[in-house]
Amino acid sequence: MRERIAIVGVGQTYHKSKRPDVNDVEMINEAVNAALNDAQLHPKDIDAVVMGNIDFFEGRYLSDMWTVDGIGSYLKAGFKVHTGGTTGGTVANCGFFVAASGLFDVVLAVGYQKQDACDSRAALMTWSDPVWDRHIHKGAIGLHARRAALYMRASGAQEIHGAMVRVKEDKGACLNPYAHLKLNLTIEDVLNSPPLVYPLRRVHMCPTSCGACALVIATEKKAKKISRKPVWVKDWTEAHLEKAPVPGIGSPEEEVSINALETAATKLYRRNGITNPRKEIHLIEMYGPTSWSELQWLPELHICDLKDSWKLIEKGVTEIDGELPVNPSGGVVATNPIGASGTLRVAEAALQIRGDAGGHQVTREVDRALATAYGAGGWNVVVLLEKNL
Amino acid sequence: MLLFPGKIIMDYSHAAGRVGSRFLAELKKSKRLLAIRCRTCNRVYIPPRLTCKTCFHNMEDWIELDGRGTLLTYTTVYYGEPVLDREAPTTYGIIRLDGADTGLVHFLNEVKQQDLRVGLRLEPVFKNERNGNILDIKYFRPIKSG
Repeated sequence: MRERIAIVGVGQTYHKSKRPDVNDVEMINEAVNAALNDAQLHPKDIDAVVMGNIDFFEGRYLSDMWTVDGIGSYLKAGFKVHTGGTTGGTVANCGFFVAASGLFDVVLAVGYQKQDACDSRAALMTWSDPVWDRHIHKGAIGLHARRAALYMRASGAQEIHGAMVRVKEDKGACLNPYAHLKLNLTIEDVLNSPPLVYPLRRVHMCPTSCGACALVIATEKKAKKISRKPVWVKDWTEAHLEKAPVPGIGSPEEEVSINALETAATKLYRRNGITNPRKEIHLIEMYGPTSWSELQWLPELHICDLKDSWKLIEKGVTEIDGELPVNPSGGVVATNPIGASGTLRVAEAALQIRGDAGGHQVTREVDRALATAYGAGGWNVVVLLEKNL
Repeated sequence: MLLFPGKIIMDYSHAAGRVGSRFLAELKKSKRLLAIRCRTCNRVYIPPRLTCKTCFHNMEDWIELDGRGTLLTYTTVYYGEPVLDREAPTTYGIIRLDGADTGLVHFLNEVKQQDLRVGLRLEPVFKNERNGNILDIKYFRPIKSG
């Protein structure tokens, strides 16, 4: 039987394309100090540390060693995790595993990425298979464009629906002091944005950001002592995909769906008696690398049918003042420090449950929220947070 | 069996950071060596860093060291490394600068192999043309008597 656990502190940096003013350690330290301050704890109160990033992006092997000073993990228990785009979500999940083990009372989970150190897209290209795929297919943009086009064909969605999601995300980002891109976009701006690969336009695609996010996780007894508003981590799941799909592998219909996200969500709902997620979930912070992701993946989370997800944005259901807000923070499309992007989804969902999100606090009461993390071909993570134990 | 050759060429830009940049700027400008001290445990770090490893405070107390120090350990490398621009053999050591609590790794020169010993007193030799790099210190050498 596992321990019941809660998030008792969250912290994040502000996010920008470049942070030449700080090195990795100094940047991470900003988020760690913010999380420790939020929890009113000192590093000596932390029993174990889980951290993660994508080493390749900073060009430094053994990031767990290099970042000890910034995190305060000297002589502490813990480990590093790296699962590609999902890293930040896996960092959170592994923090939950460690805390729930009962071996540690207070666990710090830290995701970060400093994408000004290199051309991340070039680093990402090494994901593709050097024998079969690398000659043909590279990077993330084509993959997501293909998925978006297939989604449009399967659902009847039009270009304007991707634009509506982008404008909604931007509205949230403009209210979020930590968000990276704040563009004050109109629908026309999105529809006139330069095309990358049809139907993806430049503003549809997530940016490369520098930033870090930290969570303080505690077991029930400690959590109640540390925080007046602990956010309970009810459950968490993950599932892995096959290698990143390329043209010719799998049928087009299969490619619209992220089976791993659906599998992880289904398992989570079943374990927690959730039969009508559309009503029982009050908010979603979804890791969506493009503005089309939300439309494609709400059906994977059993929020609606594939043919209906674009109707949700038309009706305003997923807006910040809607019935089921999705990414009120602005999401990954506004802010994408990859190794922290999944951690940020959990942190933002926790702040919404606490009522502490500030400018982008949603209108409705949030008792139960989902956070997800996605990585091309990798682990897909789903986390269920609740206000009440 | 078929093998596929691959090559990864990546340009990186590594930030020295708030604390490191101040040290390197001062080294470039005035050949002064700045260390940073933890107010809680008084440990003095060079190269400087943001946090104390045991106390975790953000350190702010800068102190200037005169650059002289004592050799803690040393070794000589007899083979060339393609990633280093110095030809073998090279001798380097860990030097505790006077007033510091940490060791600084740097090259040793102007000293015969048979004269190297732990405890040797050393001083830095600076480049004339400096660009804000730890190699603005060319190497350390024994302190010249007088």
